[in-house]
Amino acid sequence: MRIDFLFWRDCPSHPEARELLRAVLEERGVEAEVVEREVLTTEEAEELAFPGSPTIRVDGRDVDPAGAGSRAALTCRIYHLPDGRVSPVPSREQLEEAIA
Amino acid sequence: MSTALGAEAPQFDLPGVDGQNHSLDSYADSDVLVLVQSCNHCPYVQAWEGRLSAIASDYADRGVRVVAVNSNDADTHPDDSFEEMQKRSREQGFTFDYLYDEPQAVAQALGAERTPEVFVYDRERRLRYHGAIDDNRDETGVSHQYLRDALDALLADDEPAVAETPAVGCTVKWR
Repeated sequence: MRIDFLFWRDCPSHPEARELLRAVLEERGVEAEVVEREVLTTEEAEELAFPGSPTIRVDGRDVDPAGAGSRAALTCRIYHLPDGRVSPVPSREQLEEAIA
Repeated sequence: MSTALGAEAPQFDLPGVDGQNHSLDSYADSDVLVLVQSCNHCPYVQAWEGRLSAIASDYADRGVRVVAVNSNDADTHPDDSFEEMQKRSREQGFTFDYLYDEPQAVAQALGAERTPEVFVYDRERRLRYHGAIDDNRDETGVSHQYLRDALDALLADDEPAVAETPAVGCTVKWR
């Protein structure tokens, strides 16, 4: 399994997302190649179809497909939690589902 | 660099989502003025905006006015345009004024860096608290109500026990 972890440094959510991803992989006993990439420019964001930071793709599939098609930009990404709240990081459930 | 504690509130005269212009003098009757650097698109703002509305309501009859200011460049972040501000305010039922700082002059005067970032001014419009609304973007994990505590202190003519905290959120989108 390959996991692409794309982030933009100006958004403060990526350390929390990285730690959550690490914890979920460990808890589930999943071995994956996690490839981190810092997105630096708007041009890069467009090339990578990067809808915001962080964006996590498991074998190329976004952990939140509903938000994957948003306009590419250097911005913080919005995730909608199952209970309706908004979060700057994906939920544990979204990550678990993505690596299952 | 953000404005220092004790600094005067910046002058402004900005359009609000209610269709009226609002200046610093518009709030002269308020004992405490809370300026919040804000926007639409940021998930941190969205996570906190319900709590901000609750604070604006809870303190409205105690002489506190809460005013959110969006200074973001709407060319790069179209969700932060004035029209989108009006839409979001309607949809979310904001209880605070929401102003559009297109020239980014207020953000510059405040030295704001993040959204949301709070600036609390006393009766003389001197900065008395600066930073976060509380200590957790996840409402279920809040243990310190920084803004409420600061407002309670100022309304009681006391010093806020915590006068500065780091604002956690998106960066201001400069032009």
